[in-house]
Formats: sequence, structure tokens, C-alpha cells
Amino acid sequence: MESSRDNQPSPDSGLPAKPQIGGEATLAGMVESPAFEQPVRMPKVAAGTAFDALVHGSTLVFLALVLGLFVELLWSSRQSISTFGFSFLWTSEWNPVTSKFGALPFVYGTVVSSAIAILLAGFTGVMSGAFLAEFCPPRLSQVLGLLIELLAAVPSVVYGLWGLFVLAPLMRVYIEPFLQSWFGFLPIFSGAIYGVGMLTAGVILAIMIVPTVTAISRDAMAAVPQSQREAVWALGATRWQGFRMAVLPGARAGVFGACILALGRALGETIATTMVIGNRPAISASLFAPGYSISSVIANEFTEATTQVYLSALIELGLLLFVISVIVNGVARLLLWKVFTTTGAQ
Amino acid sequence: MADKLLTRHLSAYFGKVRALNDINMAFPENRITAIIGPSGCGKSTLVRCLNRMHEVVPGARTEGEVILDGENIYDPSVDPVGVRRRVGMVFQKPTPFPTMSIEENVAAGLKLNNVALSRAERARIVERSLRHAALWDEVKDRLNRPGISLSGGQQQRLCVARALAVEPEVLLMDEPCSALDPISTARIEELLLELKENYTIVIVTHNMQQAARTSDLTAFLNAGDLIEFGETRQIFTNPGRRETEDYITGRFG
Repeated sequence: MESSRDNQPSPDSGLPAKPQIGGEATLAGMVESPAFEQPVRMPKVAAGTAFDALVHGSTLVFLALVLGLFVELLWSSRQSISTFGFSFLWTSEWNPVTSKFGALPFVYGTVVSSAIAILLAGFTGVMSGAFLAEFCPPRLSQVLGLLIELLAAVPSVVYGLWGLFVLAPLMRVYIEPFLQSWFGFLPIFSGAIYGVGMLTAGVILAIMIVPTVTAISRDAMAAVPQSQREAVWALGATRWQGFRMAVLPGARAGVFGACILALGRALGETIATTMVIGNRPAISASLFAPGYSISSVIANEFTEATTQVYLSALIELGLLLFVISVIVNGVARLLLWKVFTTTGAQ
Repeated sequence: MADKLLTRHLSAYFGKVRALNDINMAFPENRITAIIGPSGCGKSTLVRCLNRMHEVVPGARTEGEVILDGENIYDPSVDPVGVRRRVGMVFQKPTPFPTMSIEENVAAGLKLNNVALSRAERARIVERSLRHAALWDEVKDRLNRPGISLSGGQQQRLCVARALAVEPEVLLMDEPCSALDPISTARIEELLLELKENYTIVIVTHNMQQAARTSDLTAFLNAGDLIEFGETRQIFTNPGRRETEDYITGRFG
């Protein structure tokens, strides 16, 4: 009977079968009687093969796309790579006239603006998700949820315009002077205030990604079984304690995934960032100072790239962005995997 | 023998649907009271009213009183959270917290009281609870393993240990064995008999033999009404009502 069970195609074919806990496997085996299993087994196997092919095929297409993208970027930036070598990564000069290209200010701008964004949006988004999933009346949650999903669908150029005409002046007149008067002793809040700059870019990115964080963490929390909530309430937990002990831990994979997805969007966001980051290829300690991001410089200068090596340097920036995204995703997955293997679940 | 818990004119509703009709019964201290009856008769609803878990379902409400040690737990001044700390509950399906280790699962309720416990104190309570739940010998060497790595029967005993760790006065069990194999069921039943020394126990069961084997008193519910309530021996050997006899002899339900 065990062997007949093994022959059945599992829905996640392609992955190695998960080892089952002994007791469960035998109990399940006893329940599934062969009399019921035999007649449907043959067609299932046939369908399984076609299904397998489809699943494997689709996966291969993805793999080919990713690899193709990487190889193409690598190939098109070969001139820049051979000219500048690794110094491309840690030099700061970006001068098309002298054909000197260094990526550091752009990498810095991308990483720092995205980091600000995820710090602000991560906390806010997870807490709003918690409010929608756990604490607010269901009807209100539905309406708010709809609005939030709508926010996620607003084109980024609209956010950019709003950032430039509303947020940047606000930052210049109120928020940044306020931060400077209280925390001006910190280098990150020192220096001249322009309105446009790294902090403003981080804030606009945060506003853009917070709906994603909210919507996905809300769904992850709503997916935690009611039995878990009841179990913790029955121990005498308040709503908040129940949330912290049962809902949040149960949803942590989804919440984490939400943040990573949002971070990915922030890293690649182009238009809104371009409009408010200041577009100056410099690295300053102050978050008020203008900066530049990888995607912004590509968007701004791609059409002006008149020399081969200039174009190639821009493409190498694209390659860098690709690599950064892969690294961020990889690290996130590693963290997630660590969390799960150290404390148990799945 | 004193009545630990009693219900007075208790009715329960899901929206407009009435699930319990005017239930009056008393649960004596240090006794096991079994609640039997066909599916949907309101057994689970009844026990969930005893620790104010009924009201967590949207649209659910109750009427009447439930008296715990002389105090009506449905009085507006009573905090349901406090009631649930005194009246513990074990559910039909084992519900260990999946992200916690065995030890953390048992200690989960302790954290809720915001009492600072020394490490030794905590370890002592965890061991005592696991011993009471007859699980200690099986897990003492792997307390840091995840709670869900245990078998179904062990998980259910883990949930019993978790409920015992906060030292409730009453233990409610909602079909605690329905997802378990016969050996695990037997372990839980032995456990019930040991636990009644210290606790007042209410158990919902679908299993007539289980009710007959373990309980001192048995209540038979049908369609939200309390049909008959009395000594288990009397209910099973000489039921006073025709419906009760039909049900326990398997003619319906």
C-alpha cells in the first residue's frame, strides 16, 4: 500500500517528496483503501505526466529568462567591464566627457533610499496590516483594503509629481528643519536643506511600497487559522497578546515576504525616485543632500549615451542593479530559512 | 460536594439561530462531567459558554448566567480574559503553536500574566505541567524541539500541559480525543482520571464508552435542550428519558 501511494503524482512534483512523520503516514495509508484507489490510478498517472511536463516547462522558461537577462547584460557591458574592471564598483567619478565611470554614488543612492523606504514602510505596513486583519470591524476592513489596493495601483509618475510639488516643499519647510533642530548633531541630519534629496526619495518610496506591505501582511495574518487564535485566547490572552503570540509568528513568513517584495519594488523604482532624489552623483553623509540612484541615472542618461563605453557603463549599472536584487532576495531567503530551521515550523 | 460551576437559564445564539435553550446545570468540584449528544446539538457551544469563548465568533451572544464560585462570569464588570485564565480549555484538534518549541508551548500561558519568572521557576512549572499531562518522559530530552514535531496524541497532551501550566480551576475539553488513535485516547482518559483530583473537568465527547468510562456525571443534549443530566451510571444503565436511551443505544445520532 505504501508503494501505491508513492506512485501518485503529488501536486508539487518536481520537488523531492517531504518525509512524513511515521504515525501520520501509516494512518493516512490505512484510511485510503486500495479498492477506491485502483480505478483512478491509471488516468491520474497519465495526467500527471502531462502536468509534470507543463510545470517543468514553465519553470524552465523562467530560468531561461533570468539567465538570458544576466548573460545579455553581461555581454552588453563587456566594454565597460574590461575598461574599468572592479574599480567601477568603488570609484565615484561619473564623467562622460572624460569617459570616466564609477558606480559607487548610484549604488549608494539606490541602497540608502530603499533602506529608508523599507524601514519606514515595513513597520507602518505591518501594523496597518495587523489592524485590518485583526483589530478593525470586518466591513471597515473591506473598504480600507480596497482603498489600499487602489493606492498600490497608482502609477509611479503620479507619486513622483506629488513628491516633487507637495512632499519636497513639506520636507524643506517643516520636516527636515524639525529633524535638524532636534537631531542635527547626527551627521545624517546635518548640512544644507534642499527639499529634494535622499530622505525625500526614501519617504516617497516608503509611501509607494506601504500598500504592498499592508495588503500582503494583512492576507498572511488573515490566513492564520482561527484555531490558533482561539487556542491563545483560551489561555487568557488579550487581543494584543494573542496577536503577538499566535498571529504574528504564524504569519511571519508572509510578512517577511511582503517586505522583500516591497524592497524589490523600491530598489527598482525609477520615475518617482528620479523626480525627488536630486540627481547628483555624490555621496554625502547627510540624508538631506541630493543623491542619485542606479535606475534614475539609466533613465536620465540612456538616450544621451553617445559613446560605446558610456552606453556600456550604463548597462553595467543595470547589471549591478540586477545583482543587488538577487543578493537582497538571497539574503532574505537565507534569513527566512534560518528563522524556520532554528525555531521549528515547516 | 460543592458546585464549582453552574449555569442558570443559559441560552446561546449564533446571529438569530438559537443553539442552546435555557440550560440549567451544575458542575461539581473535582468531578468529571461528560456532555454527550448528536452532532450540532450544542455540546461545544455549551462548553464554550463556560469560559466565554462563545462570544469570539462574530454574531454570537448568550443570555442567562454562568456562575463560577458564586460569581456570574457574564456580569458586565467581569473581564473575559480573567475568566479564561481560571477556566482552561483543550480543543478538538491539537493546537500547538507552530513556531514554538515544546517548552515554549507549555510556558506560553505563563508569559501572558506578565509575571517575571526565574528560569528555574519556569522550568519547574514546565516539568510539573508536562508530568501532569503524562508527556514528560517522552519529551524531557527534546524540550527545544518544535511542538509540532510531536505525534497527534502527544500534541494533544502538550495542549493539556499548556492549559495546566497556568493552573486553571476548571478544565474544559471539547472532544479532545476525536482526532486521536485508540492508544492516545486511552492515555488522555487515564490522564483525566488523575486530573480530577485537582480540577473540575467538563468533557464533550462523541464516544459513549469514553463518557461511561471516565465521567462521574453525564448530560445528554439534543437540539440545544438539556434532555437529561445525572449520575453517569444511572444515565447509561437506567436512563429516565426515551431520547437518551435511543441515543446511547445507537438508535439515532
